[in-house]
Amino acid sequence: MLEIRDLCRSFNGRIVLKSTSLSLNDGEYVAVVGESGVGKSTLLNLIAGLDRPDRGTICVDGENLAGLDEAALTRWRREKLGFVFQAFHVLPHLNLLQNVALPLWLQGKSGCDAAPAAQAMLDAVGLGERVASWPHELSGGELQRVAIARALVHRPRLVLADEPTGNLDPANAVRVLKLLGESIRKLGAIGILVTHSREAAATADRTLQLTAEGLRQ
Amino acid sequence: MTLAPVFIGSLGKRRLATLFSLLAITLGIALGMAVQAIHEAALNEFERGVRTLAGEADLRIQGPASGFADTLFEEVVGHPDVAAATPILEVAAKIAGHEQPLRILGVDVFTLAGVAPRLLPQSHDTTDRMATLAERSVFLSKAAQDSFAVRIGDELKLQDGVRSISLRVAGDLPGMVDGQPLAVMDIAAAQDSFGRIGKLSRIDLSVAVSSTPERLKQRLQDRLPAGTVLESPAAASQQAGNLSRAYRVNLSMLAAIALLTGAFLVFSAQALSVVKRRSEFAFLRALGLERASLIRWLLAEGALIGLTGGIIGVAFGYAIAWAALRLLGGDLGAGYFSGLQPRLEFKPALTAFYVALGLLAGLAGALVPARQAADIAPARALKSAGDALSIEPHRRPWWGLIALALSLAACFIPPIDGLPLGGYLAIALLLTGGIGLLPFFAQGLTQSLAGISQSVAWRLAAARLISAPGYAVVASAGVLTSVALAVAMAIMVASFRESVDEWLAQLLPADLYLRAGRAHSSAYLDPELQAAIARTPGIRQVEFTRHEQLRLGADKAPVALIARPLPDGGHTLPLASEVRFSSLPALWISEAMADQFAWQPGKAVHMPLGGQLREFHVNGIWRDYSRQTGAVMIDLALYRKMTGDLHVNDAAIHLESLANEGAVVDRLQQLGADAALEIARPGEIRQLSLRIFDRTFAVTYLLEAVAIVIGLAGVAASFASLAATRRKEFGMLRHLGVSRVQIVGMLACEGGLVASIGVLTGLFAGGGIGLILIEVVNRQSFHWSMDLHIPWGSLLLFAGMLVLLASLAAVLAGRQAMKQAAVFAVREDW
Repeated sequence: MLEIRDLCRSFNGRIVLKSTSLSLNDGEYVAVVGESGVGKSTLLNLIAGLDRPDRGTICVDGENLAGLDEAALTRWRREKLGFVFQAFHVLPHLNLLQNVALPLWLQGKSGCDAAPAAQAMLDAVGLGERVASWPHELSGGELQRVAIARALVHRPRLVLADEPTGNLDPANAVRVLKLLGESIRKLGAIGILVTHSREAAATADRTLQLTAEGLRQ
Repeated sequence: MTLAPVFIGSLGKRRLATLFSLLAITLGIALGMAVQAIHEAALNEFERGVRTLAGEADLRIQGPASGFADTLFEEVVGHPDVAAATPILEVAAKIAGHEQPLRILGVDVFTLAGVAPRLLPQSHDTTDRMATLAERSVFLSKAAQDSFAVRIGDELKLQDGVRSISLRVAGDLPGMVDGQPLAVMDIAAAQDSFGRIGKLSRIDLSVAVSSTPERLKQRLQDRLPAGTVLESPAAASQQAGNLSRAYRVNLSMLAAIALLTGAFLVFSAQALSVVKRRSEFAFLRALGLERASLIRWLLAEGALIGLTGGIIGVAFGYAIAWAALRLLGGDLGAGYFSGLQPRLEFKPALTAFYVALGLLAGLAGALVPARQAADIAPARALKSAGDALSIEPHRRPWWGLIALALSLAACFIPPIDGLPLGGYLAIALLLTGGIGLLPFFAQGLTQSLAGISQSVAWRLAAARLISAPGYAVVASAGVLTSVALAVAMAIMVASFRESVDEWLAQLLPADLYLRAGRAHSSAYLDPELQAAIARTPGIRQVEFTRHEQLRLGADKAPVALIARPLPDGGHTLPLASEVRFSSLPALWISEAMADQFAWQPGKAVHMPLGGQLREFHVNGIWRDYSRQTGAVMIDLALYRKMTGDLHVNDAAIHLESLANEGAVVDRLQQLGADAALEIARPGEIRQLSLRIFDRTFAVTYLLEAVAIVIGLAGVAASFASLAATRRKEFGMLRHLGVSRVQIVGMLACEGGLVASIGVLTGLFAGGGIGLILIEVVNRQSFHWSMDLHIPWGSLLLFAGMLVLLASLAAVLAGRQAMKQAAVFAVREDW
């Protein structure tokens, strides 16, 4: 369960995120929409433990992120968090299997131990036949499917997706959003999708509007 | 020029990489320019001296160091093709309290004015018109007065054998204005003072108007006694130039490798810049920039770095030359131009050549990245502004292998005009082949090492190198070049030093060595003194040595003759060949003689000795590291029989087993009367010789250090540039839960792996180049063979340190890029 209470963050005296609270249960998948500059990035940074709030708390499964030092936060991200980026950020020098296995490597699994899970995830996103392919051989839609597989392979408790269809054509965007939603629900994880697109937001269980005054249903 | 801000301006944005490239080219040019300027200055000074001494002479008859009979002068002066002739006796005299001998010319003032007027002495006593002919008078140039701290009117103490002679400084040499230390005295007085009655060293000639030097040569050469040659005065400076040329060219080649490393740095910087600016180029191409224009602009970037490096480099080079001339002398400590005080001169053509070399290095480094940038498909690059490294290796290793095969073939090219050009070509081809094979080696090595650790840092680093071996080329080409240079030099110098050490041990078997002085012509031991030395209590055996200089041809430099007791088998010599016997008198030749005169063991040869051409049999070849122009050795008894010369120069003394060495030395010193005998222990001679050796190679150590610094700078620059392109990758990894420490570890692994690849290939290439230096370059340049000695310990330590330093450089470069918070690295998404 994700519990955010009274979260505030300002930069150089300018308040970017104002008194934001949110509570999400396991298996819940929400979309966050909002104008540019309302603090969507800041909210994701704070939830991911990449930034510290000025005020407020973020608890995941009862664990307050504020109480963790940088090393513990890094471990927490490694084990509990999955990320999907707009620009995919698939490493060009790793093949698809290695890219997907990367989070498992980080947990100390050897290449052999990580391979079955990575293969299974690639099967799940429809790329099981191309495990040995290199990123430059894939289309944008395929690359984002690899990124989704990488985000879920280690069965995270929380999946953060930032404009995952921003670089994709409409047909591919639909496929990717469907895959993301299904995968998060199947995993029973908490999913947060940040997007500008109303169509994309509609694929989530519910949509939250982030404004200068905070989150609204 | 409208696009200048786009392209040239980018150099300013990547200041660090530009600075390192500039620095490398500047250093390469500066070192090359300095070596060249120093030697030009020394040679100019030497030539100036030769011109002054030769005066108006068209030709000279030059004899061996012991001289020739002065009756030849009478024959020559009456020759119809000779307009004027002047006899000269040249003696290098030891001056009490000074290491450097004084060059004294015995001249005939009556004939001198017509041939070499600048040598005419001027008496201080203007009332005595015959002062220049006075028996005990000597006239010193200003430089000689300064060098030996005497003034007109002072007494000058000289040594003849172990006998002391006192001469009065009666005046100076007003014609000698170029700083040469020289003394002139009447020829009869010189012959008398130095025991050379009836002897001349040379005769300077002016050719008659009705004749030509060539005709005179044709008519006179065959009438000259054996051992004398007829040559132009310019031949002496040419011989000096040839003597130092190989050393100069070798140093220049080392500087060229430093410059090559600089070109690789330009390549690395430009290649990485092209990767970063892919979408920028694609955008410009989409706007209508032609492919050729893009190449031209990118070449202009490299050219600007090269040109700037060239200009700064030549200025820096002149500064180094100026300092080196004052600290090390005109031969950089190698001993070719002892006693000269060269003056640095600005040489426009030479300067322009080195600036052009800098420009060429910049252009060469920028060429491949420019072509690759132009090959990028604009549509693809515009769509994905990915940061994947596009520098991929040539798909086939054949050209690398072909370069290596050609390198091997080039080793067999004989010297061209006395220079080992084939050896240099082989080195260039070996480096080219090594760099060509670098990606394949990188892939193979990384693949074999990939499994040694399961850590994420290691796996990511290894995966990067396996999938993008072009990355290894960019980052480690500079390391390979600089390591190859350093390793080659280390192997060559270690082999040379060990060989010299062993050679000295073999040549110095006695307990003590004694000589009357450094100047062989005046510092000798006469038969009475030899007998006295042999009778000295505590001495078991004495072996005397006589040194002489022979002329074997007008176009050949003098050859050293060493006469000493020699066993038939030559087993006391450091032999470098089989031994062949004959009934003819035995001659043992140095390797330089074998190379320059094509004399071989088993061959019968003719050599002038004692004024006659005599037949000898070459029994064997011995190693001689002290005389580059060649040396021959015969038995002392044979020499005495052929020449009647009973003087010797050195004595190798074996003590009785219980003799007190100090007491024997004291007794020997007393034999020298008022002239001090120089007595040394073999250990001292060995130490001194090795000290001179180390001083000679000091410049090469400097060049090695520069190359290594440039190589490491290359790694740092490459990683700084790469790290800048990989900020997003670092940001993504941080999001996935990779800690800062792990990213630092990954960078260290990458740095270590890239450096290891560069160092390992550099070790192989350096080993190959070392062999080429030993077997081809040294052999052809200096005619010296040596045994291979690889300093394993030093090389391993050096390689390990370099890998560590490269890892550190990579980490420092990466930390710079990681300063920006991971969240901002991917901010374009959010």
